Amino acid sequence: MSTIDSTATPVMTAGRVMGAYIEEARAECLRYLRNPGFLLPTLLFPSVFYVMFGIFLAHANSADAPRYLLASYGTFGVMAPGLFGFGVSLALERDTGLLTLKRALPMPPGAYLLGKMCMALLVAAIVSVILLCLAVFVAGVQLPVGRIGGFFLLEVLGVLPFAALGLLVGTLVKGQGAPGVINLIYLPMAFLSGLWFPLPVMPAFLQAIAPLWPAYHLNQLALSAVGLGQGGEALHVAALIGFTVAFVIVAARRLRRHG
Amino acid sequence: MNDTRIARLINARKSYGAVTALDGVDLDVHRGEILALLGPNGAGKSTSIALLLGLHRPDGGTATLFDKDPQDIDARRRIGVMLQAANLPATLKVGELLRLTASYYPEPRPIAECAALAGITDLLSRRYGALSGGQQRRVQFALAMAGRPDILFLDEPTVGMDIDARQSLWASIRRLVSEGCAVVLTTHYLEEAEALADRVCVIAKGRVVSEGSVDAMRAHVSLRRIRCVTSVGIEALQAWPDVVSVDTKQGRTIIATAQAEAVVRRLLDADPALSELEVQRAGLAEAFQEITRDTDNLQEAA
Repeated sequence: MSTIDSTATPVMTAGRVMGAYIEEARAECLRYLRNPGFLLPTLLFPSVFYVMFGIFLAHANSADAPRYLLASYGTFGVMAPGLFGFGVSLALERDTGLLTLKRALPMPPGAYLLGKMCMALLVAAIVSVILLCLAVFVAGVQLPVGRIGGFFLLEVLGVLPFAALGLLVGTLVKGQGAPGVINLIYLPMAFLSGLWFPLPVMPAFLQAIAPLWPAYHLNQLALSAVGLGQGGEALHVAALIGFTVAFVIVAARRLRRHG
Repeated sequence: MNDTRIARLINARKSYGAVTALDGVDLDVHRGEILALLGPNGAGKSTSIALLLGLHRPDGGTATLFDKDPQDIDARRRIGVMLQAANLPATLKVGELLRLTASYYPEPRPIAECAALAGITDLLSRRYGALSGGQQRRVQFALAMAGRPDILFLDEPTVGMDIDARQSLWASIRRLVSEGCAVVLTTHYLEEAEALADRVCVIAKGRVVSEGSVDAMRAHVSLRRIRCVTSVGIEALQAWPDVVSVDTKQGRTIIATAQAEAVVRRLLDADPALSELEVQRAGLAEAFQEITRDTDNLQEAA
């Protein structure tokens, strides 16, 4: 009769553990890139808005409008992959049993969330490239290469606070209710952060509470990146890091308690 | 004697709020055996499996996998899982799902071999969401064995499968067991437990009410099954002494009783035109009914 000792646990090499993380990220990217219900609105909304307001209607605005709106719609564009990619998918997967199965399987710790994060970063990169192409090649925005690179990097990393917020919402809401809740955060926050109308034309009260919204800080940084900033970058970066850490801590606590 | 127990619950208790799901369950799974967990919905089968998979921690008692905490990933690297309700990503292809699941394990089974064993070789390049329910279950089974597990947890594996698919899945399970893999199976299909299990464990109201081999389980109740075509009505039969249950199927009356001879004698007297008479030892279905009814009675008396 065989004993437990005679069939010792096979060793999972560090290489295979790393491979599991990569496979998880690959699978997560593939499944969302193949999901038009997620990908199309995420890519189309910011680009269509930019084409309408930044290009066709730009002559009604100042000469800086295409550059200004590149920042606004860039920020708007990376909110969606974070909020929807994390929030909606986590809420659904907690409901449909996929997360339970993943927790039962020997998936390395955090691979599930890291995979989603890679997917959100990738989609944010695609949104940013589309908007930059529209701005530079169609709207004729003149930006030095350094600023283009800085804007791209900022927008890609800028998805992280929204991924963290999506993660938190995904732990609070379960199932089909999540898209509604996420939209209730996404659209008002875009408006209140000055992504649709410049903050200076909005009521003083709304201007005063704008620093409460992560999108406001990312947008201020995006404006700085395209050369229309008003300074205070370090403060905005600190605010975004603070939001991200706070969302992740609360979400992690809820995930640990409720699964 | 060597210890062959690879998964154990020892006096495990678990409550969800005010609901007691497990009320002191002891369970041992031995290397290479097929253990069937039977019981009504809400009896605690799924909770028992959830504790062994480390999805929940017991409130009291212990759960171990290979002498480790089930939440220890090293222990879980030796298991395979097929859960009752798990919607896998619909836009991924079957081959991609297998590749992903295999990546979690130290020495996975080659993808082609998993596919062949589960009979899904022709589905590898199809998207999971485009498959029928039965095909999806077979894919989930392929995923469960992708890691070359020492123990396989199958929660209602053949729900939604037709009879051919079910039998070929049973054959695959037997093949895995012949390689030394243990299986913990929950099922509603008693013939599934009869066809596969070495041991049966009946759980009701969060407790193990009976445990033993399929034969022992059947012998536990001395019920036999009388089948015949008769004009005697169900209501009348139910009122007879020693009759445990009466059922009709395809025009036949099926009576479960511990006193087959007496009931047959009375039947023949009551209905001279009776035909197609058969008497069989009861299956697990009746045994199971009897066992859970006994517990109900005990609890009512208590």
